[in-house]
Amino acid sequence: MKKRLLAAFMCVAMSAALVAGCGSKGNTSDTETKDTGSDSESSVITVGFSQVGAESDWRTANSQSMKNTFSKENGYDLIFDDAQQKQENQITAIRNFIQQEVDYIVLAPVTETGWDTVLQEAKDADIPVIIVDRMVDVSDDDLFTAWVGSDFELEGKKACAWLNDYAEAKGMKEINIVDIQGTIGASAQIGRTKGLEDAVKEYGWNLLASQSGEFTQAKGQEVMESMLKQYDNINVVYCENDNEAFGAIDAIEAAGKTVGPDGDILVMSFDSTNAGLTDTLSGKIILNTECNPLHGPRVEEIIQKLKAGEAPDKLAYVDEGIFSYGADVASVTVDGKDYAVTEVTEDVISERAY
Amino acid sequence: MNKLKNRTKLNGSSYLLMITVLLFIVMYAAGMIAFSGKGFAKPQMFLNLFISNAGLLVIAMGQTIVMITAGIDISVGSVTALVCMAVANQMENHGANAYVAVAMALGIGLAFGLVQGFLVAYLDIQPFIVTLAGMFFGRGMTSMISTEMISIKNETFLKWANYKIYLPIGSYSKRGNFLPAYIYPTVVIALIVLVVIIIVMKYTKFGRSVYAIGGNAQSAMMMGLNVRKTKLKAYLLDGFLAGVGGFLFCLNSCSGFVEQAKGLEMDAISSAVIGGTLLSGGVGAPFGTLFGVLIKGTISSLITTQGTLSSWWVRITLSALLCFFIVLQSVFASMKKKK
Repeated sequence: MKKRLLAAFMCVAMSAALVAGCGSKGNTSDTETKDTGSDSESSVITVGFSQVGAESDWRTANSQSMKNTFSKENGYDLIFDDAQQKQENQITAIRNFIQQEVDYIVLAPVTETGWDTVLQEAKDADIPVIIVDRMVDVSDDDLFTAWVGSDFELEGKKACAWLNDYAEAKGMKEINIVDIQGTIGASAQIGRTKGLEDAVKEYGWNLLASQSGEFTQAKGQEVMESMLKQYDNINVVYCENDNEAFGAIDAIEAAGKTVGPDGDILVMSFDSTNAGLTDTLSGKIILNTECNPLHGPRVEEIIQKLKAGEAPDKLAYVDEGIFSYGADVASVTVDGKDYAVTEVTEDVISERAY
Repeated sequence: MNKLKNRTKLNGSSYLLMITVLLFIVMYAAGMIAFSGKGFAKPQMFLNLFISNAGLLVIAMGQTIVMITAGIDISVGSVTALVCMAVANQMENHGANAYVAVAMALGIGLAFGLVQGFLVAYLDIQPFIVTLAGMFFGRGMTSMISTEMISIKNETFLKWANYKIYLPIGSYSKRGNFLPAYIYPTVVIALIVLVVIIIVMKYTKFGRSVYAIGGNAQSAMMMGLNVRKTKLKAYLLDGFLAGVGGFLFCLNSCSGFVEQAKGLEMDAISSAVIGGTLLSGGVGAPFGTLFGVLIKGTISSLITTQGTLSSWWVRITLSALLCFFIVLQSVFASMKKKK
């Protein structure tokens, strides 16, 4: 009994000491940082980056781009946090960044919703928040400073403009296209599908069918198989990412048809991952429109603008390339703007960061 | 004899508890020294441990109780997801008010507790299997409601979620402004739950019965305790706390979606174990679980503050700690046997 009492007493004493220590320590060290704060602020910019995870090559390249941009040599101190696909981890990390008094917070959100509270805390602490990749759905757009990401609709438009030019160059009489969509509701799916649907109306193509392949190879293959059974006149497949394209190619070849410029069916794809471009090099994928993960430089641009006291654009899009097999089309025009088309070679693939 | 055994057990567990508390203090103090320039010593950093883990704390309380009965509940993560989704869906798509949402959250928790408790206590099914089924069911129901993310925009709910309670302590920012430290109502609720559970487990007949049946169900029955009823009550309480915790979790994330709170049950179990609760039952303290939760929070905030370590180190450190505590527990158990 004595021992237990002693133990209980010690616990209380220690936690009291902790709380007391916490308070007093907090004050002393803060005055220290206050003194040194002014000179460290001018030399090194601290950036807290909360990343979704490392689930794909695209994501890894995205993280690497941030790390390369916000390096010590460039005068930054990057605090990188991998949320392992959990929103609650990201919320915790942002709270941590706020307490560290980072100069800027960069957030690649796991989910679109649920950011109001923590972004409000960041705003109260006067820390600008830059959102990358996915958009956030918040009650007040002032809760974040800027967004950097891909213009998925433009990607779709570019791909379709290329197809139109290519068909003219090759003298294809009619285009019977099927669309293997991404996961329904994902912003990439919405944008890329819209790009295609607008083009179908504009150029008078036959859109035979649209079905979701959920951005996976297995589902892409399954969808392509059923489409091939239904229609025997398909000559173009519009896959909304590389994985679906791999599945579609397998399905087409298994059905005894051929892919490529001289084959029965042209396969178009998005993302331009390393494996995707390797297939583009061989012509299995005729066109691969890039979804650029290298957000670092664009985010830095925004930070430099904020530092200089300028107001950056609320929405900033990253530059994205178009990669094709062969050089039948040199450039495409979308909404009055020209975009160069790169012919995929070994060098192009080896030069890429991801 | 029985009484003596109980006493040595409690002594062993109070050593474990002391080690846990000490470990937390050492870890936090080390963090304050190493990262004092990075804000680790601020009171707000400490309070953030509670803000971020309020839901987990309440859920881990329930977990501790069922673990003391020698049971386990792995459905709590799914219950949390279901609560968040149901609450979000009712308020956003069916126009329910926030009070109805609270009732719903508690109702869902109680329903899970009742069914699982009945199956465990009266049909003698393994708790692991029962709650495994509960886990799949909860996650499945969540996706039945909606597979899309639902953002909560209900005004009353957001008012609760964003209501800051300022404390008289605080710290100075780099620019020299005084920033008062604050907590959210979720923290207050979690702490109230903690105190109530500590009292219930220590001073009520129900609490003592839970320890007794967990220590040895056979002898507890011979002592005239109603083992089945106590077990049912324990699961009911656990379910209720999962509902409360789920709602607190929801107040923190303000959204419902299928993948939410995945693996939360494991965080709750590991917090309880680090806090000195034995998986074999009969030993454990809600107060220890609090420190289990705080240690988990501290590890992740240390690693985030450090800034260059991969956040998988949180898991690695936690697993090392778990091993350490399990070994300690078995050392204490074997010491007890020798006596």
